[in-house]
Amino acid sequence: MKNIKTALMVSLISVLSFNCSNDDNMPTGPTGPDFTGTYVQMDQMARPAVNTVFVSPSSKDMFNTTIPSEMNANFQSMFQTNLEALSPAYANPGDTNALGLDAATFTGLLATDVLNVSTTTTTTFFDGTNVLTGRALADDVITVELLLIFGGEDFSENPGLSDDNVDANDKPFLNSFPYLASPW
Amino acid sequence: MRVKKLTHKNSLLMKNLKRILGISIVLIAIVFIAADHIDAPAVQGGSSDISDFYAFQGENTNNLVFVTNMQGLLSPAVTGDASFDENILIEINIDNNADNIEDLVIQAIPRDGRMYFFGPIAPSETGLNSKIEADNAMQLVVDITPYGMDAMTATSAGITAFAGPRDDPFFMDFAQYSEIIAGNATSFNDPGSDTFAGTNVLSVVVEVPKAMLGGSGTLNTWVETKRKQ
Repeated sequence: MKNIKTALMVSLISVLSFNCSNDDNMPTGPTGPDFTGTYVQMDQMARPAVNTVFVSPSSKDMFNTTIPSEMNANFQSMFQTNLEALSPAYANPGDTNALGLDAATFTGLLATDVLNVSTTTTTTFFDGTNVLTGRALADDVITVELLLIFGGEDFSENPGLSDDNVDANDKPFLNSFPYLASPW
Repeated sequence: MRVKKLTHKNSLLMKNLKRILGISIVLIAIVFIAADHIDAPAVQGGSSDISDFYAFQGENTNNLVFVTNMQGLLSPAVTGDASFDENILIEINIDNNADNIEDLVIQAIPRDGRMYFFGPIAPSETGLNSKIEADNAMQLVVDITPYGMDAMTATSAGITAFAGPRDDPFFMDFAQYSEIIAGNATSFNDPGSDTFAGTNVLSVVVEVPKAMLGGSGTLNTWVETKRKQ
């Protein structure tokens, strides 16, 4: 509010000044920050690594400029093709991951790239109990995704591919705002 | 993490390895898997490139925290020179009625060393084009913390904000992943090596009372960067 008042005053002053001067260089509008204009989408992100892993190279920019409500119709089929290429067991009838999702269902979930966040329970990407209720800083999201892609029905398949064995950040997180560690 | 304990329980052979390696050409474009770091040609390495997005319950459990990280893989040597782009709007989208269309947005954009936050507010239009809701929304301004300084935060109406360089919270053995994709290795190492160790990001953190976000238990959220036309 304070800024609006200031901006109004500045614009009033400049209008008044303009009225008693022919100086074309006088400002005629607010001198506060300019927030006008239209901003057009460049990038978007929700769940980690979705665009990088599941979207084919020629479609990556298009994925970044497709609104989430239209992602499933445009990308689910591509996601399924790429998942089955990455982890061929998914192409077998009835094959599922440890969440019980087959290729079509799993990619149907992923293709709408939004990060689900619970306002009532633990917020985590996956902690063994809660699934897709948020993304906390310490969540080992890459291992979770590798497990869901390569780990099969009980996380036991392809053990060499389903865990990168980097389990934690290189600096401890803070318990309080802003939560992220100070820079190196 | 419980899931990790299950990983090595069994050691079935990688029967499909050859097929996986055979399609590695398809996967070369995946080489920069890193949450969303450098994910697509139009934004790669630029000031609109989102590297990561997090949403979690705050220290005050009545709040949610949204973290947007930009311009990943900053070495300490270049972090001091990295800056937010005044032509790039960061927009956190919140769908609170399960249709994957944003009902509320939180906007952040830098001006002259400060980050301006607007919202949460119902946007005047949804989708790919946005106007900054400066005339309608609650405004919160925070000084962008310079490299090497303690985090500077600002709080107003229950919302707390930060903008500035931080350690990249993302971790992954990306180098070994690349070796696997390139066909030079057949598995990860144990222990692995965090490729993102020692690197920084430009981070925007905003903590908001859950009561301002609506919904009935679950929200769908995502973040966008938008360039001024």
